[in-house]
Amino acid sequence: MIPVGLNHFLILSAILFSLGIFGIATRKNAIMILMSIELILNSANINFVAFSKFNGFNIDGQIAALFVIILAAAEVAIALAIVLNIYQNYKHIDVDEIDNLKE
Amino acid sequence: MNIIEIVFYVFALIIIVSAMGVVFSHKLMYSAFSLLFTFFGVAGIYVLLNADFLAVVQIMIYVGGILVLIIFGIMLTTKVTDVESISGSTGKLIYLSSAIVSAILFLVLVYMFNTSNWNVYTTPYRETTLDMLGNALLTKYVLTFFMAAILLLVAFIGAAFIAKKGK
Repeated sequence: MIPVGLNHFLILSAILFSLGIFGIATRKNAIMILMSIELILNSANINFVAFSKFNGFNIDGQIAALFVIILAAAEVAIALAIVLNIYQNYKHIDVDEIDNLKE
Repeated sequence: MNIIEIVFYVFALIIIVSAMGVVFSHKLMYSAFSLLFTFFGVAGIYVLLNADFLAVVQIMIYVGGILVLIIFGIMLTTKVTDVESISGSTGKLIYLSSAIVSAILFLVLVYMFNTSNWNVYTTPYRETTLDMLGNALLTKYVLTFFMAAILLLVAFIGAAFIAKKGK
């Protein structure tokens, strides 16, 4: 068995990324889409930290991962506020049926 | 097989199984609880990659903040005990085609990772990266640091304003 190196972490994050893309594409519930976005952000973070370690402890990668976590916190707060507003107006959060702007 | 490999494969298994649980389960609550295990697994991977501070931040912000917010969002927008909280998938055609697209995306990513020549060099083991993180945050990245603080403040005020009932 090959010793655990950079490629192992990259492939793990690729699996997480494609699962997140699959979740976004197939679900209709807005909160489910949010959770899939969190999966994708986590996979990007694993890449950042892995490159940070395997490039001789270049700390820039960990800083980038830290800012991604900060942005994810801000993003989920705003997104849930919007979802709650949509729920008050429509009584559901089905993203396929919220198409008032189309008409 | 040394201890690093065992730990890596255990955490990778936890992450992959629980991420599949997030994506494939039919109830929103089950997805949210699977997401909990995914976040813990990612924190374990961070520890394995010598990012101790990031692992603690991951547990504190993702599990303690984001996941609680998501569960509150689920409870406020669906009736949890009802059948209503089924997460609702699109039709069979979209399901199949997006499975194919994400599988192709995964294969392309793996091909790229395997064929590109990364400039890998490892340094000897470090006790902690906390001092390096603090130094970088307050010298090289100080402007970004303050911008992130202002962004968080503005985002939370905006979120409270948007979610306010009856304007």
